[in-house]
Amino acid sequence: MKTFVCIKYVPDTSEAEVKVNPDGTSVDSSRFSFDINDADNYAVEESVLIKEAHGGSVTIVSIGPKESEVMIRMALAKGADNAVRVEDSRIAAYDPLMVARTLAGVIKGQEFDLVLTGCMASDDGQMATGVALAELLGVSHAAMVKKLEILDGKVKAHRELEGGLMEVVELSLPAVITIQTGINEPRYAPIRGIREAQKKELKVVNLDDLGIAADQVDVSASKIVLEKLYIPEVVSKAEIIEGEPDEKAEKLASILVKGGLV
Amino acid sequence: MGNVFVLAEHRQGALRDITLEMLALAPGLAKDFGGEVEVLLLGSGVDALAEKLSGYGVKVLVVDDPLLADYNSDKYQKVLSALIDQRKPSLVMVGHTAQGVDMAPALAVEKDLPFVADVIDLKLEEGVLKATRQLYSGKVNATIAFKPADTYLVTVREAAFEAPDPSAAGSIEKIDSPLKEDLDYRKFVEYIEAEVGDVDITQSEVLVAIGRGLREDKNLPIIEELANTIKADLCGSRAAVDAGWLPHDRQVGTSGKSVKPKLYIALGISGAFQHVAGIKGAKTVVAVNKDPEAPIFAHADYAIVDDLLKIVPKLTEKLKELKG
Repeated sequence: MKTFVCIKYVPDTSEAEVKVNPDGTSVDSSRFSFDINDADNYAVEESVLIKEAHGGSVTIVSIGPKESEVMIRMALAKGADNAVRVEDSRIAAYDPLMVARTLAGVIKGQEFDLVLTGCMASDDGQMATGVALAELLGVSHAAMVKKLEILDGKVKAHRELEGGLMEVVELSLPAVITIQTGINEPRYAPIRGIREAQKKELKVVNLDDLGIAADQVDVSASKIVLEKLYIPEVVSKAEIIEGEPDEKAEKLASILVKGGLV
Repeated sequence: MGNVFVLAEHRQGALRDITLEMLALAPGLAKDFGGEVEVLLLGSGVDALAEKLSGYGVKVLVVDDPLLADYNSDKYQKVLSALIDQRKPSLVMVGHTAQGVDMAPALAVEKDLPFVADVIDLKLEEGVLKATRQLYSGKVNATIAFKPADTYLVTVREAAFEAPDPSAAGSIEKIDSPLKEDLDYRKFVEYIEAEVGDVDITQSEVLVAIGRGLREDKNLPIIEELANTIKADLCGSRAAVDAGWLPHDRQVGTSGKSVKPKLYIALGISGAFQHVAGIKGAKTVVAVNKDPEAPIFAHADYAIVDDLLKIVPKLTEKLKELKG
């Protein structure tokens, strides 16, 4: 199995306040810590599991800044063989179709059986890049996959639908699979792997190196315009319980008991 | 030209809510585009569904074909592609669901359509179609303008719009299936129903729910003690299930269960829309989260901005005391 895994370097905003920059089209990410997108982390693990069971190779592909190499090296430490990092400010990164076109430019022309990527990025949450990539590569696909079985020349993919229902589909290879979180248990990189990862190939390329004309993936190529970002007004009807932690806990307990809720 | 396509979503014989939710939005847009709403219903033996949909005052275009008996994104894409060529709609609306996200991006690429995913609002402003969508789990909204095109494509977020009531009788038109043969590269195998666990959280009166804010499984005992104290069942977000803190049948949200307890205590849950969609039936929601901007607070009746680990032990202690 020759597998490509597309991963994204995303900010952790789960417990942080997000502020929009004065330009109105970007957010101030200076205070965030960045790491691999959650679903992509599962995709990396799945690719390494496949390699361990069936042999082959794993190539990591990511579009991102120099700092994201820490994330890429971590994927290499877990068992991926080599990596390509694309860095080019001309890519219209807000448009998943432009991102997919760039990724296709990296993969097209190379031999592969599988392309894995997370089904959703935690920052912009479009759930579009992987499926668009399959169309660009002209191969079959399945999105939101929570179990993947490798068969002879085919895969059986269990897609997670609403309500926990699974749709099982059989795809011929090559195929693009977008991975849902929870498909496996991502490992921690072993110390030896971390050392070895430093020696593995990490190629850095731009659009010109890839032979992609900028006007195929830039804002002029995109059919959508990111007009503005803003913080939505949160209309909360909640009664906010104030005080020191113990006070807040006690007040809540009284509310629950007096209100007959418990 | 001017018409708005709404792709009907159905599974195992039943219409999915998203279909009707899109009908809350489609008529206004169709009017602005100078056309009408056409609901596309693809399937095999779907007369009853067509009948139901036409009761919403819309035209239902039915492609009834044994090849469409089981949902298959690639077949749907082929049918939609052919219908777009034939009928040139101004807008195509698809649910941002497990079906929709598996198909729409590929259709956008194939037909070279301007595409925005997961929209929560859509308006035609002075001839320019503009979508609103969310980033960073709902902490930031984006306004996205479509560059002028003959046909636009969107996926629409679930539960973002309220389904309208049935209105006037519409019409039904049967269309010849553009599918000629089965696909050899993608085959539907089967549906596998979710496992049934020891507790059915959809029936629970009181639920204590945990999310990423629990941080590690060694913090579980304080949660269990709270749950025991108030006779609650435990459930959680996708993050809590992925982390292995809870079994799958305890997951609340679009890919898990929809719950309707009297009391729902959300601990360390940020409130991504996928989770919140599952607690719409909860009567009273308490949220504890240390991030004051957490979207969960928009859905709470009582809110505590703090670390759950600082709140829960004292809460349990006080509840024990008050309940004697």
